[in-house]
Amino acid sequence: MNNILTYTLFSPLVGIFLLLFINKEKQSLIKYIGIAASLATFALSLFVYFGFDAANTQLQFVEKYPWIAALDISYFVGVDGLSILLIVLTTFLTPIALIASWESITDRLKEYVSFMLLLEVGMLGVFLSADLFLFYVFWEAMLIPMYFIIGIWGGKDRIYAAVKFFIYTMAGSLLMLIAILWLGYYASTLPDGYFTTNLLKLYAIAPGIPMGIQVWMFLAFALSFAIKVPLFPLHTWLPDAHVQAPTAGSVILAGVLLKMGTYGLIRFCLPLFPQASFQFTPLLATLSVIGIVYGALVAMVQTDVKKLVAYSSVSHLGFVVLGIFSMTEEGMQGAVIQMINHGLSTGALFLLVGMIYDRRHTREIAQFGGLAKVMPVFSTIFMIVTFSSIGLPGLNGFVGEFLILLGSFNSMFLGSFWYAAIAATGVIFSAVYMLWMCQRVFFGKITHEENRSLLDLTKREIALIIPVLFFIVWIGVYPSTFLKPSAAFTKQAVTQLQNAKSGNIVPTGAMGK
Amino acid sequence: MEFFSPTDLLGSSPILALGIFSLIALMANALLKNSARVVFFISVAGILAAIGCAVSIFPMNATAFSDMLLVGGYASFFSVLFLVIALFSMFIAKPYLEREQFHYGEYYVLIMLATIGMVMLGSSADLITAFLGIEMMSVSFYVLAGYFRGKLSSNESALKYFLLGAFATGFLLYGIALIYGTTGTTNLLRIVTMYPQAFNDPLHIIGWGLILIGFGFKVAAVPFHMWVPDVYEGAPTPVTAFMSTGGKAAAFSVFVITFSVPMSMRDERLIMILAVLSAASMLLGNWFGLSQTNLKRMLAYSSIAHAGYMIIGIASASSIGQQGIAFYLVSYALTNLGAFGIITMLEKENGGNLNYEDYAGLGKRKPGLAALLAMFMFSLTGIPPFAGFIGKYYLFASAVQSHLTWLAILGVITSLFSTYYYLRIIVYMYFREATNHEEIILPKLTFVTVILCGAGIVLFGIFPSLIFDLMKSIF
Repeated sequence: MNNILTYTLFSPLVGIFLLLFINKEKQSLIKYIGIAASLATFALSLFVYFGFDAANTQLQFVEKYPWIAALDISYFVGVDGLSILLIVLTTFLTPIALIASWESITDRLKEYVSFMLLLEVGMLGVFLSADLFLFYVFWEAMLIPMYFIIGIWGGKDRIYAAVKFFIYTMAGSLLMLIAILWLGYYASTLPDGYFTTNLLKLYAIAPGIPMGIQVWMFLAFALSFAIKVPLFPLHTWLPDAHVQAPTAGSVILAGVLLKMGTYGLIRFCLPLFPQASFQFTPLLATLSVIGIVYGALVAMVQTDVKKLVAYSSVSHLGFVVLGIFSMTEEGMQGAVIQMINHGLSTGALFLLVGMIYDRRHTREIAQFGGLAKVMPVFSTIFMIVTFSSIGLPGLNGFVGEFLILLGSFNSMFLGSFWYAAIAATGVIFSAVYMLWMCQRVFFGKITHEENRSLLDLTKREIALIIPVLFFIVWIGVYPSTFLKPSAAFTKQAVTQLQNAKSGNIVPTGAMGK
Repeated sequence: MEFFSPTDLLGSSPILALGIFSLIALMANALLKNSARVVFFISVAGILAAIGCAVSIFPMNATAFSDMLLVGGYASFFSVLFLVIALFSMFIAKPYLEREQFHYGEYYVLIMLATIGMVMLGSSADLITAFLGIEMMSVSFYVLAGYFRGKLSSNESALKYFLLGAFATGFLLYGIALIYGTTGTTNLLRIVTMYPQAFNDPLHIIGWGLILIGFGFKVAAVPFHMWVPDVYEGAPTPVTAFMSTGGKAAAFSVFVITFSVPMSMRDERLIMILAVLSAASMLLGNWFGLSQTNLKRMLAYSSIAHAGYMIIGIASASSIGQQGIAFYLVSYALTNLGAFGIITMLEKENGGNLNYEDYAGLGKRKPGLAALLAMFMFSLTGIPPFAGFIGKYYLFASAVQSHLTWLAILGVITSLFSTYYYLRIIVYMYFREATNHEEIILPKLTFVTVILCGAGIVLFGIFPSLIFDLMKSIF
């Protein structure tokens, strides 16, 4: 069990390897292999989860092997309180996304399953890396499968959406590459220094970077993450990508990919460049509040359900960023749990939208109405997920949003309660757009004859959504289970930020060998 | 007086092996009927023999012929690279020439002769050796570019290349003359150690400037790039594959050795000139790449841009930069050989089937081929886990280390431009439906070569230390 992280990380590749030998005509075998591989990964990640020591703030299950020795680049992976839940979320959503495409994807199925599994490797790699070079490799490599998933199996404007997604993300990450290189170079200018991308070594020295440069470093990293989140005004790729992507692509995109941005902010921006982070807190907090309100308002006027859910993501992720930059324990913990919540509830919403699209081949709100009568099970589940998304107490969304608002209300870093106050209106708006949409889709009279003959959910579809619902309720009713893993981590992160703010800790500049 | 020392013989053994085998091949070509196949096998044997010689002298670190030729280490590393490129481009060429019914033995002899020039370039410890190498390589290229003697485009390509190339060689020779005039030596190992004061002499600096023009032409850097698109497009595709990889690698290998001399003086003006050269190549190469519709022309502009990236390594004058160039050349060679290999398989007579539209739906028609071409495009863009990314990482790292961060930033921004046109091929191959349903026949030899190239860029992308460990003793 020493190499459990490596096994988890690369286990999807075994599935791809097996697929190489399968005739492309054997569609169900291909599906079973893909699902089996992703379930095996999920099982492995559960070993990590149950072996994880929540009280320990260090990286755990660490594995480290030299990769390019001359530049001190190593294959260095580990989990801590920040990444553990995101890893399980990733391995949890991938099989669900694969099962969700059971019937909707028939063309080039083998490639599709391979790309989904590759995507899983990329996502896990991003969350596990403790070396900036390794992180960057996964961060970029992950673009390739997502690009193909949107581009090949997407909707009408898929080419535009795929290229836009790729170029937007590249634009951000290339500047991050320069910042990574500059960090490595900075390490080599210190006494006894050498070029390194080892994250732990950089944690020790990076806060000492002169302010004039730290600002640029922060911006380079933050831009890349802000595009991924996406933070207003860098969000324009998201609606395109979401609407055009196939259901499973949207689920993964919303469920996991967006979290990489917020994960990056917590993992890299705050601890590496604390001083610059303080300086930019008002800017990022303002943008996230604008995003919360703007995303909600734009969602309100959408006529396409999927686009509505996509814009709601902009709004919800705004909460996460606000929580992060509140730099309080509550806010940060709220942000971590809200990442999981959003992954579950928005993932579920995209699944449900995909199910109705498979039946009606439209997502226009006006095309529906009165579905509650013909599809009672579907409607009930959709309503539960809607309540989760708008933060009804007792379901998961409430926990995260409440903690974030609490944290940002009395944050000394934000310095004003107005951020929280305006953000709180986003909660109300989200209730408005979601409930209004539900009302038009599910209630009232059946206005379109085609809708009368719609079939309710199949057993496979119900089986697919039940696990997600299960966690939505669990987190809502008893959040401690899921707050515990990140508690020690956030406490330590916030303490370090407070120390940096009050100037108690002067970076030692010692790199260690 | 001793004429040959054992080191001389060993040091020149790859060149000798190539020379002997090319003479045998030439004889066979003259004496036997329908000799093309025989010549092909003799040439392959010659190249394998030369690879054996180059590998066996790798641990040496010496000079031969009174410091005219480097032996082992750097020279061996690059010799092996050129020889592998030559071998692969022969594999690509054979099925192509057979299909075009233009399969003659001279082709392979010329490739071997050009390779002799390349090996000399990579081993040059003296400007005269460098000059000989450049001439040997270029003259073979001029002939190869015009190999399809019945085709107008091929003739045009050869003539353009020859006229402009001869002009550039004139600059190079003039520069060498000025350096000899100001220092009394052409030996790279002695110029700095014996005459550091020569760098105060403007004529000496002008000499280096003229040499820079000569090399700038050979590596296809802006503003000496005008010949590239037409020559690349007009030459037979396997020749373009060979020129764009072998020619570029050889020119860079000599560029690095030669310019390590003036760069060791840390002259700010020279660094700035190189940086501007690099910036202009990256910008213009990628900018014009955006508007291309023909794959060969696109790869020509991409070749200009990649020259720009590699010049970063020279401008930074650091060992990371030099290692970066060496690694980049390996990955670039494999990538371009693979990409051109695929183009040769899909090309139709008279330069047909070379546009982006002709690749529509390839992902469905030939999934393996499309996947390989997609990998090459991702590698050229610099996306991990392919080798192109590691090369760029090293070069940009060297720029940041040498206080040329602006150059690295420009590098990533232009990479972003390039993403668009490299991805366009992928868009056509995977996201569009096929318009052309003719059957595609894949010659085995070419396909295997392309697979080897693909395996190489993945292998070196994931385990770059395989190459960097070799370089420890070189730089």
